[in-house]
Amino acid sequence: MSTDAAHKSASQGGNGGDEHFEPRILVFCCNWCSYAGADLAGVSRLQMPPYFRVIRTMCSARVDPEFIMRAFQKGADGVLVAGCHPADCHYIGGNYRTRRRMALMKVLLQQFGFDPDRLRLEWVSAGEGEKFQKTIIEFTNTIKELGVSPMKGGE
Amino acid sequence: MAEKIKIAQYWGAGCGGCDVALLDIDAKILDVHAIAEVVFWPIGFDGKLHDIENMPDKSITVSFYNGAIRNSENEHVAKVLRQKSVIMISFGSCACYGGTPGLANVTNKQEVFQTVYKDTQSTDNAAGVMPLTHSKVKEGELELPEFYDTVKTLDEVVDVDYFMPGCPPTVNLIAMAVDAVAQHVTKGTPLPPKGAVIASDKTLCDECKRERVEKGRKIERIYQAYEITPDPKKCLLDQGIICIGPATRAGCGAMCPNAQMPCRGCMGPTKGVMEQGASMLSALSSLLGMTDSEAGLSEESIMNIMLQVKDPLGTFYAFTLPKSLLKRTVTEKKKKKTVT
Ligand code: SF4
Ligand code: SF4
Ligand code: SF4
Ligand code: FES
Repeated sequence: MSTDAAHKSASQGGNGGDEHFEPRILVFCCNWCSYAGADLAGVSRLQMPPYFRVIRTMCSARVDPEFIMRAFQKGADGVLVAGCHPADCHYIGGNYRTRRRMALMKVLLQQFGFDPDRLRLEWVSAGEGEKFQKTIIEFTNTIKELGVSPMKGGE
Repeated sequence: MAEKIKIAQYWGAGCGGCDVALLDIDAKILDVHAIAEVVFWPIGFDGKLHDIENMPDKSITVSFYNGAIRNSENEHVAKVLRQKSVIMISFGSCACYGGTPGLANVTNKQEVFQTVYKDTQSTDNAAGVMPLTHSKVKEGELELPEFYDTVKTLDEVVDVDYFMPGCPPTVNLIAMAVDAVAQHVTKGTPLPPKGAVIASDKTLCDECKRERVEKGRKIERIYQAYEITPDPKKCLLDQGIICIGPATRAGCGAMCPNAQMPCRGCMGPTKGVMEQGASMLSALSSLLGMTDSEAGLSEESIMNIMLQVKDPLGTFYAFTLPKSLLKRTVTEKKKKKTVT
C-alpha cells in the first residue's frame, strides 16, 4: 500500500464527526514473531497511521489481563495484542492461553461497558510485515469509528 | 492498670455481618473489655456522632470501619473517625474492596432509584416520590445523605492503616488483630507496618486441602455448583466448578472449599496483585478446554469454550469491583457490537 493510500484509508473511517480524533492505541507484540513482523514493516517503510505505541513482551501470554485493564484505565482507545500463529509460539503453547484470555477479556470489557472491538488479537509472524501494516490500518479505522474511549469521553 | 483505650466501630454500606463478627471472638472479647472502652458503635448502642466530633483529635486508639462508601454520610463518618483515631482499620471486604454493595457499580444512582422506588413489584409509589437530599416539610427542612453514583472503598476517602478482608473477617484474623493491638497497648510491642493486610500472604489454594492435578491440568467444561456432586477430596476447579481460590488471598482457612462450596473470592486479591478479576480470568484461561490439537481450533470455537463462563464480571469481581482498575462500568457513545 502506498503512503498516501495508507494515510487516507486510516483517516477515512467514519469518525462520528470528530475529524481531529487522534486515537491512542497500545500494541503488545511478542518478541519472537510479532515484534519482528512490526520491525519488518518498519524497515520495509510500509506506511501506517501513527497512533500506536508498541510494547514488546517475550510472549503474547505475558500480556497479563491486568495490563489490558490498566491500558483502558489510563485512557487507551484500543489495545491490540499480536503473537505468533497457532503452533508457532516460541514457548509452545503461550498463544493458546492468550487467545482464551482475549476471548474472555472481550466479554468482560463488554460487561464493563466498552465496545469489545476496542480489543483485538492478531497473529503476525516474523515475515508478515504487510499483515502488521494491514492490521494497524484496520484497527486504527475501527477505533476511529468507535471514537474516544468512554473512560475519557463517556459518562 | 492504666486508663482504658478507646475504640469505635462503624458500619457504612454493609450488611451488619461485620459488626456481629467482632462479637464472634468469644472469650477474647473479655481481653478487649479489659483494655478498651467502646465509645461509638451504632449497631450496639445509642451514641451520637456529635459527641465523637467533639472529642480531641487522635483520642480514639482504634476505629474499625466496616461497609463501603455508598453515600455522603458513610464518607463523613469515615472522615470524622479518621481524624479522631490513631489507627484506622478497614474491616471486611466491603470496606476493603467494595464487597457485595460494590457490585452496584455496574449501574448508577438513577437506575438504582428507578428500580427501588418505581419498578419493583412490591413498590406502591404512584406519586413517584424519590429521595431528596433536602426537602421542605411543615416542620422545617429535612436532610438525607447524598446517594453516590459509584460505590467507593474506605481507602478512597480516608487514609487507612490496616486492612482486614473477609466477608466477614474470620474469628482467627480478628483475634490476631485484637492481640496485636492489646500487645501494643499493654507491652509496647510494635504494630505491623502501615498498610499491612491482616491475613496471609499466600494464595487460598496453598491453604486448601483438596488435591490438585499436578501435571497437565485442564478443565474440560464448566459446571455450576448445583449441576454435579463434586468429589469431596479433589480440587473443585479441576472438576469444572469455578473456584476463585487461585486468585484469592489466604487467611480464611479455605472455609468454602472445605464445605464443598467454591471460593467466591471474599479475601480479595493475592499479595502484589491489583486485579483479582483479571488474575482469575488468567488462571481459568490457562485451563479451560485445552485439547491436544490446539492449532486446529478456530477462533470461534475458542470463543464458544470461553462463553461457558456466563458472567465474568460478576464471577471474578464478586467482591472487588470498586477496587478494580476500572472501578465501575462506562458507557460508549455509540454502541456498535456485542460478543455473544
Ligand atoms: S464484608 Fe460481608 S459481612 Fe461485612 S458488611 Fe460487607 S457484606 Fe456484610
Ligand atoms: S481452586 Fe479452590 S478447590 Fe482447588 S485448590 Fe484452589 S481453593 Fe482449593
Ligand atoms: S473460601 Fe473464599 S469465599 Fe470462602 S471465606 Fe475463604 S476467601 Fe471467602
Ligand atoms: S512467543 Fe509469540 S506468542 Fe508466544
